[in-house]
Amino acid sequence: MPDHRNGFLPQGLRDRLVAAWLPRSLHPAAWWLWALGLAVAATRTTNPLLLLLIIAVASVVVMARRPDTPWARSFRIYLILGAVVVGFRVLFRVLFGGFGPTVLFTLPSIELPDVMAGIHLLGVVSAEALLAAFYDGLRLATMIICVGAANSLANPKRLLASVPPALYEIGTVLVVSVSVFPQLAESVVRVRRAKALRAGRRRGRKVLRGIIIPVLADALDRSLLLAAAMDSRGYGRRADVPERQRVLTSTLLTVGILGLCVGIYGTLDGTTPRYLGLPLVAGGVVVGAAGFLLAGRRVQRTRYRPDRWRVPELFVATCGVVAGTAVWVTSRVEPTIAHPSVYPISWPQITLLPLLGILVAALPAVLTPPPPGAAGTGSPELRHAAAPGPAVVDEHRPTAVTTR
Amino acid sequence: MIRFENVSVTYPDDVEPTLRTVDLTIEEGELALVVGRTGVGKSTLLGAINGLVPHFTGGTLAGRVSVDGRSTDRHPPRELAGVVGVVGQDPLAGFVTDTVEEELAYSMEQLGIAPQTMRKRVEETLDLLGIAALRGRTLRTLSGGQQQRVAIGSVLAAGSRVLVLDEPTSALDPTSAEEVLSTVLRLVHDLGVTAVIAEHRMERVVEYADRVVLLTGDGRVEIGAPADMMARTVVAPPVVGLAKLMGWQPLPLSVRSARRLAGPLRERLREVDPSSMGRAAPTADRLDRTPEEPRGTPDRTPSGLRATGIVVSYGRVIAVAGVDLRVAPGEVVALMGRNGSGKSSLLWALTGVGPRNAGRAEIDGVDTGGLGSAQARALVGLVPQTPGDLLYLDTVVAECGAADEESDQPPGSCAALLARLVPGIDPSAHPRDLSEGQRLSLVLAVQLTARPPVLLLDEPTRGLDYGAKHALARILAELAAAGRAVLVSTHDVEFVAGVAGRVVVMAEGEIVADGPAEDVIGSSPMFAPQVAKVLAPQRWLTVEQVQGGLAVADRDTEAARPVGGGDG
Repeated sequence: MPDHRNGFLPQGLRDRLVAAWLPRSLHPAAWWLWALGLAVAATRTTNPLLLLLIIAVASVVVMARRPDTPWARSFRIYLILGAVVVGFRVLFRVLFGGFGPTVLFTLPSIELPDVMAGIHLLGVVSAEALLAAFYDGLRLATMIICVGAANSLANPKRLLASVPPALYEIGTVLVVSVSVFPQLAESVVRVRRAKALRAGRRRGRKVLRGIIIPVLADALDRSLLLAAAMDSRGYGRRADVPERQRVLTSTLLTVGILGLCVGIYGTLDGTTPRYLGLPLVAGGVVVGAAGFLLAGRRVQRTRYRPDRWRVPELFVATCGVVAGTAVWVTSRVEPTIAHPSVYPISWPQITLLPLLGILVAALPAVLTPPPPGAAGTGSPELRHAAAPGPAVVDEHRPTAVTTR
Repeated sequence: MIRFENVSVTYPDDVEPTLRTVDLTIEEGELALVVGRTGVGKSTLLGAINGLVPHFTGGTLAGRVSVDGRSTDRHPPRELAGVVGVVGQDPLAGFVTDTVEEELAYSMEQLGIAPQTMRKRVEETLDLLGIAALRGRTLRTLSGGQQQRVAIGSVLAAGSRVLVLDEPTSALDPTSAEEVLSTVLRLVHDLGVTAVIAEHRMERVVEYADRVVLLTGDGRVEIGAPADMMARTVVAPPVVGLAKLMGWQPLPLSVRSARRLAGPLRERLREVDPSSMGRAAPTADRLDRTPEEPRGTPDRTPSGLRATGIVVSYGRVIAVAGVDLRVAPGEVVALMGRNGSGKSSLLWALTGVGPRNAGRAEIDGVDTGGLGSAQARALVGLVPQTPGDLLYLDTVVAECGAADEESDQPPGSCAALLARLVPGIDPSAHPRDLSEGQRLSLVLAVQLTARPPVLLLDEPTRGLDYGAKHALARILAELAAAGRAVLVSTHDVEFVAGVAGRVVVMAEGEIVADGPAEDVIGSSPMFAPQVAKVLAPQRWLTVEQVQGGLAVADRDTEAARPVGGGDG
């Protein structure tokens, strides 16, 4: 937080900065931009040192700035998922054999029948192949963890509330699924426990059916209840729009989003033709924006205490972009740093540019407003809410089940 | 404010209309109570007010429904959001956001109300409903009563002048229910809000209602003043039952007015001991007449349930803190307590299926923990809170067949049990199409097929109307008479008064009271049934008990004074 007695800044600007740094939750889009920047950095390198650095930076920021809410606790799951991805990548390489000069060990090879000629299972396993698989898996894991970081830092529901009015119908589906999906796990626990009362068969399709049918029925009921509640509370009210304008709007939006998707893919994937890259992104943005503008007129709604885009948001987003750009430039200028050689194996090197670039992305851990309810900063009510107490116990929805 | 003109509603696949030529007017500022048995169309009537029927549910609506001059055929529910506010049974199912403040603002955001107005209205609503201290809390961590108040607040904040409440307290414990109903009453009285409420606990609302809408069961409605309607319906609170028994006029609707009329009655009952009277209607012990073959080794005598030192904890949260409990064969014990006091956790721990950190739960000398499902099933049957979780097959008869197979019983055992519990269920019906009461009976039959000596029920009265509750009470009494130990957790004090011999009250995972029902609920300000409140300090709990008591009192009087004479 900026110092109150700092005399370098003009009074007005200083006051605004102090206000902007009061404890609050940042605009969800800022965290997503930051995380996407890190993810782009990850796509551009297989250097394990850089990738581990990105994971470390993401973890530090999540630990420092995640709010005390259920979805914020999901970060651990993404870390585990990342580890699983790396493990599988390496395992598959062992399974399908990896040739290379440095043979680590040789497993009995299995020749597949002629139909799949040329494919061996197991066999020689080399250090080079394993290392390449490890690098590749780590890159994917890093991208997953970056998404997980964004998910933990920004409330997905608030992000949905920021969805432009034009995407209202999709918004309904998303809100219902985001709300109902976490409850699925709860239903599964409840139904499995209830099944234990009936002593049916332990294995086989019947058991699965016994769990899936009540769970799905439950989820369907909940979804309908929620959709009905949203409807009776005014969700999706619209001013009258002529049919032609509605068709035009949805066409513009669909084309815009498609263009954007293909364009982003083209930009990120180095092997696609150039014209599929930036030009398509720009085109998609223009068409989509026209659609949004046209559609925005349809829906009239307002936001209660909107997440405003202020200096800290800009700062967070910039940090992510800097990290992404730094690694991207590195991959162009110093390809051996971004992609350390595995044939022959060489110790990965790091230079100043990607190192500093990625470290910049760690700054939001300190230089952003703390989340509301953090120790000593939130209102008493919020702190009370953060403290786990008996109020959290819901005897109808036990969270733990032991099978005896 | 609300007008139904010649309204009929027919759902697809139904031959008979659910509502038939309903004409109804509810004026501004009125509190209308909708009563009727389960499944007669209360929810349809309430849903039609804001257009959810038929816009959302499907079906056809003939006639015209209008609210504040706006017809629902031209205005779908979302267009009526600022006029009609709907509050359902399960507030959590209808919450769109995560925190109290955001939830209060949600409807206003959709209506496009200016941000400054929104801020002000949220603050006002927080104060109006007394939930300002909860403003930043996550909705899931609130108690049921608090959640329901947030749900009411969120529709009020949007400016709705009509509140439609569909059984808002059916999932709540008595204290939370009281909290919610008194909030609604205050809004009606202080703000002139028009409210239409369907409520099983009508004893709390009926005295304040301006009008009672009675659904007769054939799709028609009758509308009238509460006292007139209560005199005609069988679906009436106990205080009305007592008044009918005594022939009190005008019909008292509240404990207060009944108590002022009850002086002579208390005088007549003074010499009679309430505990000698049966509290429920006399049962035809049908289950007794088909004796069950004894199960297990013959030298083992039934001992009922004997639990010692049960501890259940979820992480750092302790749900059950060292509970000792005995339920003898032939006994019906009610387990009461707030939501979250550990009742469900205790029941699940007793079955051996749910988690249990310490303690033993012995039935006939065998600990239920560590047994296989088939063995545990033969010792103890649990009907869980959402009975539907146990059902997964397409037809009733298939479920019964599966139950026979699971319990090693001859085919047809479960179906025979079900036929004895509730005759007349279509065997080819889908379990999800059954009424609440029928589904509960099916699960009860499935669980009883294994002939367990101990039966546990978790909140079985949820969603049951007076008739279904009476039927359940009868079934439980019969099961106890046949030598089973029955433990039933419930919030329904009137049900407890009718069925339970002993009441156990839990709080914070511990047992805080354990004793005869007269002592435990008769003397409690929160749990006392209406009859007990009317006749305090005498310990009468139900109308049937008073009826028996009066018979004894009259006999004694005649014996003492054969020549007759005044009561003085």
